[in-house]
Amino acid sequence: MISSFFFYLFAAVTCLAGLMVVTARNPVHSVLFLILAFFNAAGLFILLQAEFLAMLLVVVYVGAVAVLFLFVVMMLDINFVELREGFQKYRTLGIVIGIILLAELFTTFFQLTSDSGALPEATGVHNTAQLGRVLYTEYVYLFQLAGLILLVAMIGAIALTLRSRPGVKRQNISTQNSRRREDTVRLAKVNSGEGAEAKEGSN
Amino acid sequence: MFYHAIVFLPLLGAIIAGIASLRQHHNIATLVSIAGVCLSLVLSCFAFVEIALGGQALTVEVARWIGSGDFQAHWTLRFDTLTAVMLIVVTGVSSCVHIYSVGYMSHDRARGRFMAYLSLFTFAMLMLVTADNLVQLFFGWEGVGVASYLLIGFWYHKESAHTAAMKAFVVNRVGDFGFALGIISIFALMGSVQFSDIFANASTYQSHVITVFGLSMPALELVSILLFIGAMGKSAQLGLHTWLPDAMEGPTPVSALIHAATMVTAGVFLVCRMSPVIEYAPLALDIITIVGALTAIFAATVGMTQFDIKRVIAYSTCSQLGYMFFAAGVSAYPAAMFHLTTHAFFKALLFLGAGSVIHALSDEQDLRNMGGIWRKVPVTYAMMWIGSLALAGFPFFAGFYSKDMILEAAYAAHSGPGMLAFWLGCAAALLTAFYSWRLLILAFHGTPRASAKVMSHVHESPNVMTLPLVPLALGAIFSGWLGYELFVGQDMAAFWGDAIFILPGHDALANAHHVPTWVKLLPIILAASGVILAVVAYIVIPSLPARIATMFAPLYRFFFNKWYFDELYDRIFVAPSVAVGQMLWQRGDKGVIDYYGPDGLSGFVKRSSGMLTKLQSGYVYHYAFAMMIGVVVLLSWYFSGFGR
Amino acid sequence: MELFTSEITLAHYLSVAAILFVLGVFGIFINRKNVITILMSIELILLSVSINLVAFSAYSADLSGQIFSLFILTVAAAEAAIGLAILVVYFRNRGSIAVEDINVMKG
Repeated sequence: MISSFFFYLFAAVTCLAGLMVVTARNPVHSVLFLILAFFNAAGLFILLQAEFLAMLLVVVYVGAVAVLFLFVVMMLDINFVELREGFQKYRTLGIVIGIILLAELFTTFFQLTSDSGALPEATGVHNTAQLGRVLYTEYVYLFQLAGLILLVAMIGAIALTLRSRPGVKRQNISTQNSRRREDTVRLAKVNSGEGAEAKEGSN
Repeated sequence: MFYHAIVFLPLLGAIIAGIASLRQHHNIATLVSIAGVCLSLVLSCFAFVEIALGGQALTVEVARWIGSGDFQAHWTLRFDTLTAVMLIVVTGVSSCVHIYSVGYMSHDRARGRFMAYLSLFTFAMLMLVTADNLVQLFFGWEGVGVASYLLIGFWYHKESAHTAAMKAFVVNRVGDFGFALGIISIFALMGSVQFSDIFANASTYQSHVITVFGLSMPALELVSILLFIGAMGKSAQLGLHTWLPDAMEGPTPVSALIHAATMVTAGVFLVCRMSPVIEYAPLALDIITIVGALTAIFAATVGMTQFDIKRVIAYSTCSQLGYMFFAAGVSAYPAAMFHLTTHAFFKALLFLGAGSVIHALSDEQDLRNMGGIWRKVPVTYAMMWIGSLALAGFPFFAGFYSKDMILEAAYAAHSGPGMLAFWLGCAAALLTAFYSWRLLILAFHGTPRASAKVMSHVHESPNVMTLPLVPLALGAIFSGWLGYELFVGQDMAAFWGDAIFILPGHDALANAHHVPTWVKLLPIILAASGVILAVVAYIVIPSLPARIATMFAPLYRFFFNKWYFDELYDRIFVAPSVAVGQMLWQRGDKGVIDYYGPDGLSGFVKRSSGMLTKLQSGYVYHYAFAMMIGVVVLLSWYFSGFGR
Repeated sequence: MELFTSEITLAHYLSVAAILFVLGVFGIFINRKNVITILMSIELILLSVSINLVAFSAYSADLSGQIFSLFILTVAAAEAAIGLAILVVYFRNRGSIAVEDINVMKG
């Protein structure tokens, strides 16, 4: 009973948040609603006995991705007042198609999975241990690949946004290392009492 | 072989000359074409002696042509007196014209082509006169039409020339249509187009009746009228005459050869050739008589008002052709052929002489800008006098014999049409003399009206142009006296033999020798009066013509504008045809066929591709939306059960 | 088909996921505002797929669904990073991230 109440609560808020993400005027509001959606999805995950995943959702999605979105939204000078509201033309068609799609999907789900029954009983092992057991054994290659993907994404993001500014002094190591003595040091005979002059070329 | 050569030598000359002219070897072209025609003339003289004088008619087979069931038409040459006479006329005048053209066209850059066309024309005319069946005759008929078109429009870059050539061809076509219908009806009636068959069986069809579109008519009448329509077109009779004056756009030798002596006489030849059939069609004969008479007077009234020297002579030709036709109409075919022969000589002489005048006056053709040159061009002047005397019918010149014979025969026919023809012919004779001397006086006498520069260049034509005039002049003087007995006199029956058929009851020609004396004298008196009138009007009282013109202004305008035939035809035939053509072009061709076809298709493709490009908006989310819609459709498809 | 019962079946979770999915998909093209909305809609889609996978995983007691959901999380993070980097560079070059202005590929 309780679980179904929470299910409906989380589900409703998720859907509403999702709707607001798409329709909010202010992009900052959109991001905030996205965060809300993520939180409620995490709640749904907990109801499904996948608490590790739920926390992962909160940490990674909310903590990293949504925050990144927020950074970018605030960094770009989006004058949202001027943004054109060209919504109307396709809205009707979109809504119609959306409703059709949803109706079909619902019908399918409720007919096809009518024999799925209730949620299986929770086992004694908690979700994190279960995941660990499977992840580092059967799916270890995929795990490594996931790491590589993240590496590539990191390098890619830096490479895309890097720009060199003029007038910044930097060390060029290879130039430094390839310097020769002949180009930089010159021995000059200096008589005592006289100064040394800077001359070109000699010696 | 000898007979083949007569017909085919000019063709050979034309082909070689044509090829030579393409390569700019004009002299070779000239020489070859002249050689071809002159040789043909020599052979024709021999043929004449043998066939016409010797009475040996024959047919010469050349090749098979059409053999389709009952319809047999092969290349066969028929030589009888009628043919022999025409051979002399055609090759004789053609040779003179060929030689004359050497001088007349000496400055033209395309003279080789000209000579080739002249020889081509000669060949076609010879095919026409030697044809042994109607289809071969039609071949020659069309051939002279084509050659006429090519020659009238010889200076094709001149707009007036090429439109005149088109006009000639199209008006001739109308006549040819009638002719073709005539051939078809003969075949339908008698089952053959060979002359031998037709002539032998014509009498048996006298009482046949043909029903066409609900109207019934004696078969031979219909055939004869249709054939006459063809003759009307070719010989510029009233109704289908509009092309002849405009045909003067061609060089003068063309007018001399084609529109005086040969092509326009093809109609007369046809009527005489088909005499075995037409004799059985009294209604057709009457129609021929009336049309001929009306043409004679019509052309004379118009000719006396014209200012272009060539047009005056052209209308004179038209008028004389009318004479020939009404002679044929009263069954006096020999008289028609006689006049054809003499007319060929003096008319060609007149045309070539006019060419000399034009040449002398630096291409001036308007009589109003001529005058006062008779001392400077004595040979030309003399030739024109000879031609005019022959034309007017002065005693002992050629025209006197032939023209008077015709008028006497018309009188002696003792029929309504015949009498009409007689009186109209007499009136035309008066006018003929009048305008001939008008031409002489305006062109040669009086104070010079040309500019001083032109007058200083006036010179007699070179010998190559004056020498050909000599045989023509001799013909104009002597051919009448020499040929009288043969053609229409005592030796008529022996001379013509079976070439011309006259029904026993149609004895106008026979009676013509016995008409009252006043009938014989009237034409001479009228001719003399005409000459005196011309002298009075143009020498004695020079202001008289203008005063008469203003006094009878409407009548003058009527005659001057050729009885408004061109305007009438323009309104009745030309303008509606052009309008129909325009409408079919704009609405039919462009509006329907192009609209649904090429234009419609290309426009449709353009429009639909324009619409399709809107699908590529450049916005990725549009594409995503499209994909989404696709997914939903697919889902719905499977969901609804059709996919099972 | 009873929606509102005390027993939450698999279908309910799938329905939630479906709704989120549809919202995400339509958020991509029924938005004329800015590109960030598109990226956020993509996150929504990925979220819905995760819910789907975890629900199936829970109801069939098979852990591979959750593993897969883990990887989806990883990829989503990576993709969000790169996507935003591109967006930043684009904004640097164009000065605007209005969706209507991105039609250079117009045919």
